[in-house]
Amino acid sequence: MISFETLHAAPPALVAHAPVLMVAAPLIAACAAALSPSARTSWMISVTGSIFAAWMALALVGEVARRGAVDYAIGGFAPPLGIALHIDGLSVLMALLVSSAGVMASLYSGHSLAADVRAEKHTLFQSGFLLCQTGLLGLVSTGDAFNAFVFLEVSSIGTYALVAIGEKRDRRALPAAFNYLIMGTIGATFYVIGIGFLYAATGTLNMADMAARLATLSDSSVVQAGFAFVVVGLGIKAAMFPLHGWLPGAYSYAPSLIAIFLAATATKTSIYLMARFVFDVFPNGAAFGQGFITSVLVPLAAAAAIVCSLQAVFEKEIRRVLAFSSVAQVGFILLGLSLASVAGASAGLFYLAAHALMKMTLFMALGGLAISLGARRIDELAGVARDAPWSAVAFGVGAASLAGVPLTVGFLAKWRLIEAALQSGQIWIVAVLAIASLLTLLYVGRMLEAIFFRPAPAGAQRAREAPVGVLVPLLVLAGLNIWFGLDASLPEQLANAAARALLGGAS
Amino acid sequence: MSTGELLIFLALVVPLFAAAAIYAVGRMPDVRETLTIVACIVLGVITISMFMRVGAGDPPVWTVARPMAGLEVAFRLEPLGALFALMASVLWGVNSLFSIGYMRGKREANQTRFYMCFALAMFAVMGIAMAANLFTLFIFYEVLTFSTYPLVTHAGDVRARRAGRIYLAMLVGASLVLFLPGIIGVQIAAGTTAFTPGGLLSGRVDAATGNALLLLLVFGATKAALMPLHGWLPGAMVAPAPVSAMLHAVAVVKAGVFVILKVSAYIFGPNLISALPAATWLLWIAAGTIVIASVVAMTKDDLKARLAWSTVGQLAYITSAAMLPAAAGLVAGGLHMLVHAFAKITLFMCAGAIYVATGASKVSEMGGLGRSMPVVFSCFLVGALCVIGLPPFAGMWSKFLLISAAFGTKEWVTAAAMIVSSLLGLLYLAPVALRALLPPVGDGSPRAFIRPGGAPGPAVAAVVVTSIGCVVLFVFADAVTAYLAPITGRAR
Repeated sequence: MISFETLHAAPPALVAHAPVLMVAAPLIAACAAALSPSARTSWMISVTGSIFAAWMALALVGEVARRGAVDYAIGGFAPPLGIALHIDGLSVLMALLVSSAGVMASLYSGHSLAADVRAEKHTLFQSGFLLCQTGLLGLVSTGDAFNAFVFLEVSSIGTYALVAIGEKRDRRALPAAFNYLIMGTIGATFYVIGIGFLYAATGTLNMADMAARLATLSDSSVVQAGFAFVVVGLGIKAAMFPLHGWLPGAYSYAPSLIAIFLAATATKTSIYLMARFVFDVFPNGAAFGQGFITSVLVPLAAAAAIVCSLQAVFEKEIRRVLAFSSVAQVGFILLGLSLASVAGASAGLFYLAAHALMKMTLFMALGGLAISLGARRIDELAGVARDAPWSAVAFGVGAASLAGVPLTVGFLAKWRLIEAALQSGQIWIVAVLAIASLLTLLYVGRMLEAIFFRPAPAGAQRAREAPVGVLVPLLVLAGLNIWFGLDASLPEQLANAAARALLGGAS
Repeated sequence: MSTGELLIFLALVVPLFAAAAIYAVGRMPDVRETLTIVACIVLGVITISMFMRVGAGDPPVWTVARPMAGLEVAFRLEPLGALFALMASVLWGVNSLFSIGYMRGKREANQTRFYMCFALAMFAVMGIAMAANLFTLFIFYEVLTFSTYPLVTHAGDVRARRAGRIYLAMLVGASLVLFLPGIIGVQIAAGTTAFTPGGLLSGRVDAATGNALLLLLVFGATKAALMPLHGWLPGAMVAPAPVSAMLHAVAVVKAGVFVILKVSAYIFGPNLISALPAATWLLWIAAGTIVIASVVAMTKDDLKARLAWSTVGQLAYITSAAMLPAAAGLVAGGLHMLVHAFAKITLFMCAGAIYVATGASKVSEMGGLGRSMPVVFSCFLVGALCVIGLPPFAGMWSKFLLISAAFGTKEWVTAAAMIVSSLLGLLYLAPVALRALLPPVGDGSPRAFIRPGGAPGPAVAAVVVTSIGCVVLFVFADAVTAYLAPITGRAR
C-alpha cells in the first residue's frame, strides 16, 4: 500500500497556494501561447503549463491525504462571500486525472498538430487547449456553485473552438462543433437557471454553505426545480443518455488531440459536478434526490450501457464506435455512483479513471495512425498491425482494457463495479453490466480483427509507424493500462478517498 | 526465487516462449516442429517434477501480484491440478507427434499459426491447472478460449467461421454472465477466492446464496458442456482432427470439468455440496445430459460428431461426480478425467488418421477398412472399450468407482443414467471398429487410400502410444486414486 500522507511533492511555499496555482498556471500559459511567435514555442509553453498544473495536483494529493480537505479563499476574501476553492479527496482525483491527461495530450500534440490543424492556427490551438484545461481544473476545485458555471463555460468555449479547428481534415467538424455549441449552451443555461433557483432559496452560492441551508429546505418546490435544472443541464454536458447526441460528432471530427483530451476529461468532469450536487450539496438521502437516483438516473444509465453499446456494435466509423462506447461507459460510471454506497461510488470513480485511461490510449493510438493514414472506417484499418506494430499493440492493449480482459485495469474496474452491485443486492445491475460487457467485446473484437487479422486490401494506402514523440506517451499510457491491472492500489486508494469525501457528507 | 516458484514460472514460460519461437521460425517447418516437440518434452519434465513434489507434500507455490485488496494472481499446486498439468503436457507431446503427421499429410495451410495457438493454449492450461484461486483461474480460462478460437476457425470457410462465432459467443458469454459474477459472489462471501481444502464457503453462506453460486459457477464453466450449454462442442468439430483430439477431448473440455471439480472440492467442499439442493438439481441435469448425449451420438453418421456427442456425455459423468454428496465421487471424477482424456484422444486421432489416409469421415464409409488399416482400427477399438468401461482398460475403474459412488449415496437417477449410457456406448462406439475389422457384409469393396502409404507414420505412432496408455492406466489406477485422495479434504 502506498501512503499519500508522506507525499511531499512541492515546497511548502508552493503547496500553500497550490489550489490557485493549479488553475492559474494553464491560464497564464494560455495567454503566453496565444502571444508566442512560433508553433514550436507555443507547444513548449503548453507542455510546461500542463506539467506545472499536474505537479500542483500531485502536491495536493499529499496535502489532502494529510488534512482531509484543502480550503483556499481567493484573494483572502473568506467564504461564503468570497470565492473559495475547496479541494477534497474527490477533487484531487479529478484534478490529477485532468492534469495528467493534459500532460499526455500536450506531449502528443508536438507531432500531431501538423496533420490535424492549419499551420497558422497552431499557437491559437495551444492557447485554446490550455484554456480548456484551466476551465476543467477550476471546475473540479471550486467550492462555489456559480464559479463552477464560469469554469464550465471557460472550458466549453475552448472546446467548441477546438472541435471546429478539426475542419482541416474533415469539414464535418464545423457542424459537429456548432451542434456541440448549441447543446452545450443549453446545458450550461439550464445549470445556471438551476443555480438561480437555489440562490433564491438559500441566498448563498458557496456549495458547503448551500448544503447546510438546504438541509432544512428540501421540501421546497423552488429547491426541487433548481435541482431538476442543475441535473438536466449537467446531464447534457455529461452526455448522459439520451442527452448525448452532440458527443459522437464532436469526438469523431475534432483534431485527434482534442478527442484524446475530451474523451478522458470532458464528460467526466460534468459527472463529477453532478455527483457533487446529488450527493454532497443536496441533503444526502432527501426523498427527491433518492427518487431521482432510482427512477431517473439508474434506468437511463442502464439504457445507455445497453443501447449505446449496441450502437457501437453497428457503427462503421472507428471514432464513432469509440464515442458511442464512451456514452455507454458513462452509463457504467453512473450505475456505480447510483448505488449510493461508498463501495459503489468508489467503484464508479475507479471506473471513471480507468475509462479515461483506456479511451486516451485508444484515441491516441488512432491519432498516431491517422498521421500517416487518414483512416476513418474500421475497414480502412485492415492490416495496420503489419505496418505500424507498436501503435497497433498499444491500441490492442487499450481495447483489451475496454473489453475488460483480465490483467488490464479495465478488468479490475468491471470487477469492482460488479462486486459493489452484488453487495448492494442489485442483481439486475450485474446483468446489465454483463450484457453490456458482452456487447463491448463484440465491437472491440471487430476493431481488433480488422487491425490484427485482416490483410491490408491491395492498393490501399499503407500506414506508417507513428513518430517517436507520439509513441512515447502512447506506450506509457498502454503500459499504465497493464500496470494498474497488476497493481491497482494507487487508483484504488484515490477512488476510495474520493468516495468517502463524496458520501461522508459535506465536509 | 525458490525451486517451487521457478517450476511454476517455467511451466508458464516454456509454452509461451515456444509460441514466440514458433512464430519466429515459421518459415522453416522442420525447425518449427522440432521446437514444438522439444517444448513438449521440457514441459513434460517440469510437470513431472511438480507432480512428484505435490506427492511428496511440498507443493510449489508462487504469488505473483496483488492487484487489489483481497485479489491475488497466485499459483499453488494440489493433486488434481498436478495431475491435470501432467496429463495435458504428456498428451500435448503425443498430439504434436500426431499433428506433424496429420498436418503434413493433409498439406494444411497456416501451420505456423496452428502450432503457435497450440502452444498458447498449453500456456493457458498450465495457468488453469496451477491457479491458487478462482480469480487467477478465470484469467487463464479466458486465455484458453481466445487462443483456441483461431484453431476452431482454422479452415477459414463459412462453416468454420460460424462455428467459431458460436464457440466464442457461448464460452465468453457464459463466462462473463455466469462465471464472473459467481466468482465475485464468492469473493464477497468469503473475502477471497482461494482454493481451500475442505471448502472455502463451508459455513460462510446460507443455502440460497450457496445454491445461486453453485449454479453460476457450474454453468459458467461452459467448457464442461453441461446441457443446455453444450452446443459449442459439436460445432467445434469443424476444426482439424488434432484440434478436436487435443482441445475438444482433452485441454478445453477437461479444463471445464477441472474447474467444476475444483469448485466442488475447494470452494464448496464435500460437506456443503451434500447440503445444497442445487447439487441435486445439477445431478439430474447431468444425468439428463448423459442419456441425451448418448442417444444423439447414436444418430450421428459423421464419426467426429459421434465422438463429440460422446464427449458431452462423458463430461457429464465428471460433473455428476463433482456433485455427488460423497467425497469419493471427487476422486472417481478426477480419475475419469484422466482416463477419458487418454481414451478420447485415441479415438479422435484414429478418426484423423483414417481421414488423412482414405478421406472417409462417415461411419458408413468405413466398412472393411480395418483390413488396410489394422493398427489404427485396433487402437480405435481399445479407445472405444475404454470409454465404454470394459476391462482390461482404465475406463473400467473410473466407471466402477463412479457408479459405486452413485449407488453408495443412493443417487439412483445418476447411477441408472451411467449404466444406460455405458450400454448405449457399446452400441455406438464399438461397432465402428468392429464393422471395419470384421469381414464386410454385402458387396462393395472398402475405400482405397487417397494418400499413398495410408496413414502417416507419426500419426499411427501417436495412437499406439495413447492406446497403450489406456491399458497402463488400468494397472495403475489405484496409484492415481491414492494420489488424488487428499482432495476430499481429509488428512491422508
